[in-house]
Amino acid sequence: MLKSRHILGISHLSPDEISFILDTAQSMKEIMDRPIKKVPPLRGKTIVNLFFEPSTRTKLSFELAAKRLSADTVGIAASTSSVVKGETLIDTARNIEAMRPDIIVMRHSMSGAPHLIANHVESAVINAGDGTNEHPSQALLDLMTVREHFGTLNGLNVTIIGDIAHSRVAHSDIMAFSMMGARVTVCGPATMMPPDPDALGARVCLDLNKAVKDAHVVMALRIQKERQGSLPLFPSEREYARSFGLSRAVTSELRKDAIIMHPGPINRGVEMSPEVADSINSVILEQVTNGVAVRMALFTLLLTDQQKLP
Amino acid sequence: MTEARPILLSQGRVIDPVQEIDIVADLLIQHGRIQEIAPRISSSEDTNRIDCQGMWIVPGLVDMHVHLREPGEEYKETIETGCMAAAAGGFTSIACMPNTSPPNDNSAVTKFIIERARECGNCRVFPVAAITRGQKGGCLTEFADLLAAGAIAFSDDGLPVADPAVMRVALEYSRNFKTLIISHAEELSLSRGGAMNEGTASTRLGLKGIPAAAEEIAIFRDICLAELTGARLHIAHVSTAGSVEIIRAAKKKGLRVTAETGPHYFSLTEDAVDGYNTLAKMNPPLRTEKDRQAIIEGLRDGTIDAIATDHAPHSVLEKECEFHLAANGIIGLETALPLALDVLVRQEGFAEADIIRLMTGNPSNILGISGGSLDPGKLADVTVIDPEREFTLTTEALHSKSHNSPFLGRTFRGRTVLTILEGRLVFDMLQHAYYMS
Ligand SMILES: [Zn+2]
Repeated sequence: MLKSRHILGISHLSPDEISFILDTAQSMKEIMDRPIKKVPPLRGKTIVNLFFEPSTRTKLSFELAAKRLSADTVGIAASTSSVVKGETLIDTARNIEAMRPDIIVMRHSMSGAPHLIANHVESAVINAGDGTNEHPSQALLDLMTVREHFGTLNGLNVTIIGDIAHSRVAHSDIMAFSMMGARVTVCGPATMMPPDPDALGARVCLDLNKAVKDAHVVMALRIQKERQGSLPLFPSEREYARSFGLSRAVTSELRKDAIIMHPGPINRGVEMSPEVADSINSVILEQVTNGVAVRMALFTLLLTDQQKLP
Repeated sequence: MTEARPILLSQGRVIDPVQEIDIVADLLIQHGRIQEIAPRISSSEDTNRIDCQGMWIVPGLVDMHVHLREPGEEYKETIETGCMAAAAGGFTSIACMPNTSPPNDNSAVTKFIIERARECGNCRVFPVAAITRGQKGGCLTEFADLLAAGAIAFSDDGLPVADPAVMRVALEYSRNFKTLIISHAEELSLSRGGAMNEGTASTRLGLKGIPAAAEEIAIFRDICLAELTGARLHIAHVSTAGSVEIIRAAKKKGLRVTAETGPHYFSLTEDAVDGYNTLAKMNPPLRTEKDRQAIIEGLRDGTIDAIATDHAPHSVLEKECEFHLAANGIIGLETALPLALDVLVRQEGFAEADIIRLMTGNPSNILGISGGSLDPGKLADVTVIDPEREFTLTTEALHSKSHNSPFLGRTFRGRTVLTILEGRLVFDMLQHAYYMS
């Protein structure tokens, strides 16, 4: 069983709990390979997708995971919710709570928003991304994908490239991989490194070639121009692509068994060249598949007893 | 107002750093003034004789940095509730910052504050007027007019004066009146969008940080301008090790610079924000353990002259929300002395007289106001402290209208039990009654 009734972040989980979630996700993946992909354990349960930020992929993945487990889902997007009418976040949550959902899946542009909600509702809360803090289900699906490939996470070298300081994916991934015994290196423009990488468990290497040299896993993050604000943190996409983009020239120097990851959606030609994205080392589509399995596992673990697991 | 009975504070430990007194004695108050301090004083029949054995008798505390929220945000605090909180915390004089609504940038607002405080009658209130009109950082306010109305210093607190040329003009102009400019030192281009200290905790919490450099650059700028203009400068709410170092160097150079810090900066670190605790959100933000230690050293060696609360009431509306949206600031009037006793005296070994100096004589000297000592003949602003009295901070126990304190639930040892303003009891836990007349 999980200690907490919410999934707010990797920082709230123990290595044992993470292994348990990954094992559960693995058995969920088997369901997805069956001809009939729907199982009944969450029949009668209601899952609310409360998204204050636009999202296609993550929302779809959570929705699909819920449907495969026979739960009912309702989606609330920020533009249609009452948040725009000046209602506070706590009011919104209490109103949704009054309709008795079992799980609230929440994405919000501000760090800590799901934590605030979790203090005010009876339902379980899953953080589907909060500001620049965490995106735990993404990290879990990344762990699952890597574990499938190497059979273990312990002792692997994982290199993450891009805007580490402002990426919730990077935050969750760094904590998750290092918690499971991997060595995490982060790389990118120095303007995009966190104030204290040690606090998460990463070391910084500003030289791309050195950063990826012994890596088993190389993950490129999406360069989000919209997150840059009025002060650009690098001069141009052209220069970024040349300095930190994953090109054939870079990947040809990797270990033979290295895999390439990306949380998507990819800016082809910026953080990754098209050939690399589609190369045999790329596991980007497996990440998407595993995303559904991990989210099925989270729903199941939050809503059923251990004994009843499929 | 009827003439109060004489009060004899009997056999307490009288601590007055200004007169360099630290003796067990009687202190007699008559006609609103301190009459006499002596080993034994005989009293007349109608004297209110209060046994102060085991307690400290000190000058009424002075807080040079308070936000009273009136006019404009009376739902957070009023001059009346703020003055009650002050009296309960042992303060007999407080200076209130101008960032009300409307701001205190003209003599009408200054007079209104003084008049309201006089009606409340349980604490002296000294308005600090805005440096610039509307605190917009441009045109200066009418210093002469504001001083005539009762303002005692100038600050755009809540906001820095962003343009160094404007700060220069303000410092120059202040010399005409020998008045004080108080700097809220913050380089906005570095702090904008930040919600807490930049560093380990901000990385862990995924929150945008405010680097120590945002404060230090601004302090250094204003010290350079004080040197350039020859004006007096006071630095509000010092929070970083680098700031202490810069101020120490300025003092060594002989510049007329003084500084204050808040009790939270010597009591808490950025870790208090964990769990997105909005009650620990303030500006400047809580810093690291290294900064906390440097603040304590600054208080010890006199680099920092005063403890000031930066009492900043906010309602649950501003605090029960997303961390980024939460308002900055905590209340402090009722926890300042207990924190100084807990942290500075008991943990850090400060002499009792030193914390009293930091909370009485020093701030009243900087502001040039009366009070701050127990000189016979002076108006009797006196606070009695029971250094052993334990209490747990609860919302019910607070006199402030707002309850935004990160110290709720904490048990303290030592507090104010009696506050006397001009010979009248304005707070009294000893005889279990309030005297508000
Ligand atoms: Zn300020």
